[in-house]
This record gives sequence, structure tokens and C-alpha cells, in this order.
Amino acid sequence: MPETKILTDTIDEPGLHTMEVYERLGGYRSARKALFDMTPEQVLEEIDSSGLRGRGGAGFAMGMKAGFMPKGDIEKYLCCNADESEPGAFKDRLLMQRNPHLLIEGMIIGAIAAEATRSFIFIRGEYELQAKILDAAMVEAYAKGYLGKGIFDSETDLEMVVHRGQGAYICGEESALLDALEGKRGNPRLKPPFPANQGLYQGPTLINNVETLCNCPMIIEKGGEWFAAMGIDKSTGTKLVSVSGNVQRPGNYEVEFGTTGREIVEGLAGGPPAGRKVKCWFPGGSSAPVLLDEHLDLPYTFEDMKEAGSMVGSGSVIVVDDQQPIVPLALRLAEFYRHESCGKCVPCREGTNWTVKLLERIDEGEATPMDLEIMSEVQENIMGNCLCVLGDSMAGPIRSMIKHFRPEFEQHIEHARAERDREAVPVFSAGELAASVEAGAA
Amino acid sequence: MSSSNLGGSPAHQARDKRRLPRGWDEAVELWADPAVVPEPADVEVPSALRASIEAAMGRYPDPRSAVLPALAAAQRVHGWCSPEAFHQVAAVMQVTPAYLASIATFYDMLRTEPVGERYVYVCTSVACHVRDAKAVYEAIAEQARDQELEGVEVREFECLGACDMAPMASVDGRYVGPLDEHDARELVAAIKDNRQVLPGRGLEDSDFTSPWHDPDIPIPKQPEGPSIPPTTSAS
Repeated sequence: MPETKILTDTIDEPGLHTMEVYERLGGYRSARKALFDMTPEQVLEEIDSSGLRGRGGAGFAMGMKAGFMPKGDIEKYLCCNADESEPGAFKDRLLMQRNPHLLIEGMIIGAIAAEATRSFIFIRGEYELQAKILDAAMVEAYAKGYLGKGIFDSETDLEMVVHRGQGAYICGEESALLDALEGKRGNPRLKPPFPANQGLYQGPTLINNVETLCNCPMIIEKGGEWFAAMGIDKSTGTKLVSVSGNVQRPGNYEVEFGTTGREIVEGLAGGPPAGRKVKCWFPGGSSAPVLLDEHLDLPYTFEDMKEAGSMVGSGSVIVVDDQQPIVPLALRLAEFYRHESCGKCVPCREGTNWTVKLLERIDEGEATPMDLEIMSEVQENIMGNCLCVLGDSMAGPIRSMIKHFRPEFEQHIEHARAERDREAVPVFSAGELAASVEAGAA
Repeated sequence: MSSSNLGGSPAHQARDKRRLPRGWDEAVELWADPAVVPEPADVEVPSALRASIEAAMGRYPDPRSAVLPALAAAQRVHGWCSPEAFHQVAAVMQVTPAYLASIATFYDMLRTEPVGERYVYVCTSVACHVRDAKAVYEAIAEQARDQELEGVEVREFECLGACDMAPMASVDGRYVGPLDEHDARELVAAIKDNRQVLPGRGLEDSDFTSPWHDPDIPIPKQPEGPSIPPTTSAS
């Protein structure tokens, strides 16, 4: 099945990031429709009927999340989570760099549905180019009166701020993002209360991923039912999948939910280089438990990936071929989570550290098979015991790697020990020993 | 307290020494004055920096939200988040320097040591790791030493969101890739000479095409890995 381009159909149009080209291709019509031809309840209803699920990782239905927002005359906020830091994910980068007005229009529609009057785009600091492009697009929108007081000459206000992060993966977690936006260290919060009730500055806040919001203009234009007709069951619409790792054509591919992993990895991305096979793959960024080659035949949907023991997450597929040893991969993964752990919860802060140290011991020949058992136990003690899922994001993949590649871990432990023992004990031949005695005597 | 014995093997101790924050095993300077919120009149702040911070503070319902843009601006002026930078931002925002230090030590892009005003972040995260990013980082670090590159922070970084051009690096926000070890010399030389790094291979270059999608460009040979015993999926 080739790509189904609905989000990215115009992505290669030169100058799409400018207001002029965006409007020429039909931009901001949906925003006007949502503002003038529909009530906020109808907008919410349309998004609900589309079955649009969060595209940032959690996959929570956007209509339901927006529906949790309280009604009434209180200051409400809309946040766009553009802190795309999941290893393997680069889809939001594409959308923000080439089509920033799509995001702005999506935010206008999201704000109408949530009745929010102030909006923030939290973009990661490393995306300097994309932040500049977004800034310029926002300025164009303000200049035309599409943002600010009385948007499109209506009674509705919407202020927008592009806020740049400064390098922290944890700020992609919604409650940590809110803390970071408030000017604190990005530590997650206890939920409940959820952001819809107590979010930014303790006010009702709707947070959505870039891709989720970018889908809104189309849903308003063509209807929720049109969107729900694509995909399978509860995984409706299309997904912009970022494929990377050991494949011949890494890149972003937009596919309908239900396309198989094999069609994405081998069909669109060309599969591993000639002569190599898929050893394992991450269906949803490095936070997803790994799956094997056989699982590539499953349809790529939220339900099927969950049933296989993994997840769709942000829709970032990382492919690992059979030339990659598993222990250095596991170590690199664990180091990432240890580095990015905010340190608030003990199981994550200590557990990520333990996992790195145990893997280092394995690599340096200081481990015994018991270390593998301890490592498995540590993963169990992290899962479900913290305020956010960063710890789980390490524990899940590590657990799955041990499950699928236990013999390789055990072999690595043995080989590394043997290597270390060999190096520790110098072995002289009879001739060398005699020569060294002679040299010492001279 | 001089050297700390954390236990573990010599390899472990050496690793821990490299990794732990500076001064973790030293006592606090109890005789130093507390760093209070500075008096605005007492601190000289460059006017451009002051304007930038005040503009940022005005954009949010709560001015404390401006701390990230403020520290980033101060870092651009001073080269790093120095005590002087903290002092100036604290005076404008009317917060304590300790609060600013807590923010600067949390975020990776805010430098708490004078390692350089410019940066080269070489991504070595999972998707780049399987494409031999570590070798690319080591080549760049070695070239930086050999060519005596100064004023530039060269470090490994986590996923920069450009796995389609893996392995890659961000040079002051310009994403360049795919890289291999042989690009290191030219990359460092270009930074040293203040030239554009690897023209045509940056994400925003108008002539950049992803090599993976152009059928005329051959796919580079992937590095050979060690031979791995066949794996079985545990039932």
C-alpha cells in the first residue's frame, strides 16, 4: 500500500511556509468555518466523531480530552507540544518546517473547541530553524488579524506565544511541559488533577501534539466521518511515520492505520541494506518495547501493537539489523533515559542509573548471570511506580530485549568475562619469561 | 575530603570520577554571603539584554515563564550562564540567582561552564547509534583537538530529531548530515574559518536532497559490525 497523503499532500510546494502560498492552496478556510459557521460544541463534536487520537505518544482521543475542559468564563489555555525529543521521531519537525500555518490553523480550531484564549507552542530549543519559521508564520498571522484580539474580525480572542525549550526530553511529558512553561524545572506532576482541570498556571489547559492539531483543519473541512472512514476500528485516519535506523530510505512516510509494518519498513523505507535482515524494530520510538521480524506482518494500529506487547507511541519506527550487537544498543538506550530522567521519583532516578551500571558491568566483563536477573527485577520495580512514564519507557524496551535476546546477553556476559580474565593474567611463553628475567638481572 | 572512594572496581571508579558533577564531594562555602535578589539599581545590564528579557516577561501571564528565553538571551551575550549572567537576569526578573542556577543546571543547552560560545552537538542517540554515530563523534572530537578548535562546545547529544539524515550533527542550530568520519576534518576546519559547514548538506539548504530518496545517489556501505551468534526469540 503506498502512502496516503492527506496531511503532507502539499508538503513539497515551494513557499508553503508563507501565508500567501498557504492561503492560495485553501488555507484558513477551515478556521473561518469553525469560527463563523459552527458553534464550539459542533467543532468539538466534529473532532470527536473523527476518532482522532493523540499523535504524540499517548494516543488519547482528542475529542474526549477537549471535552474534559470546563465550560464557563475562566481563562483557558491551549498548549501545543512541539517538544519532539523521542529518539526516532522527526515528523513534527517536517510539519513545522514546511507547513507552519497548518499548525497555527489547527491551533485556532483547537482553541475554538476548548474555548481557550491564550495559546503556547512549546518547541524544543534544538529546533532553531523550525522555531524561526514558526515565529515568522505567527507574525504573518498576527499581521493579518488571524491571531490577537478579535481574530478574523470576530468576537473571539486568541493570543499565541512560541516558547523555546532548552534541551530536556522530559519536557515532552505534558505535565512536565506545563512546569517548564511556568518557568520551573521540568518535573512531571501527580495526575489527577489532569491538565484539563488544573494545568498551566493551575488553569484549565488543553495540550495536544503538533500532528494531532495539524489534522484538525482537514477534519473541519471534510468532516469527522471522512477521517474516520480511513484506518481501522479505533485507529482512524493516517499517521505520519518516521522510519529510521538500518533502512535504505529513512524518512517520513504518511500511511493509513492498518498498513502492515512490513509495507512501511520494507516497502516504503527499502528495508535493511542488502544482505542483512531485521533483528528487531521499535514500533514507537525508543520508548516502545522491541518487536521481531515476524511482527512486521501485523497491521500498524494502536490495538495491534499493544496486543503484540509494544505500542504505536509517536509512530517512529527504528529498525535494527542483524549486524548490531544487542548489549551496546541496550546500554545506549539506558544511558539516554538516565540522562533525561528529571530525578523526582526514586524508581526512575535510581533504576535508570542501576540499569546503566549493570549494562556497563556486562560490557566490561564484571557481570555474572545474576546481574541479568537483577536488571530484570529493577525493570519490574520501575514500571508503574512513578509520576510519569519515562522510567517505563526504559523498562519496557530493556525488558523486551532481555525477553527476545536473552541468549545473546548471556553470551556477552561470558565472552566479556573471558576477555577480562585473559587480559588480567599475563601469559609468558618460556622464551619471554627467560628474556624478562635476564633483562631484570642486567 | 580529598579523593572519594565510591567502591567498585578500578574501571568503575574511573568512570564515576569522570561522570559525577564537579564539586559534589566538597563542602558548601558556609562563609560566603547568601545570593539574594539583586537590587535593580545596583546591577548594570546591557540594554539590549534588558529589553529582550522585559519583552519576554510581557508575553506571559506569569513573568516567571520568561526564565528560559531570558537565560538563553543572557547566554548569547555572555557565552555561557556565568555568575555575572545570573546576576543580570536576576536583577531584571527580580528572582534569586539560586533559582536561575536550578533552571540552568536542568536544561542541556544552557551552559554552566565556559566551554564555548558556539556548539557542535553530535547526535549519538539510538537511531544514529545503529548507523555508527559514535565513530563520527570521536572523529570530530579528535579533529577539534588536532586543529586546536577554541570557543566551541563539541559534545555528544541526545536525539536531535533528524534521524532521516543519520548520523548527523547540529552546528549552532544548522543540521548537517549524513556524516561519516571523513567529514570531520572539513567540518572542524569550516567552523574554525567561520565558513558555512558542508554546504549543500544542511537541512535548510535549498539544494539539500535526502540521499536516501534520490535513486542516482548510491547508498553508502554500512559499517561492518562484529559477527553475532544467531539469536532465538525466547518462547
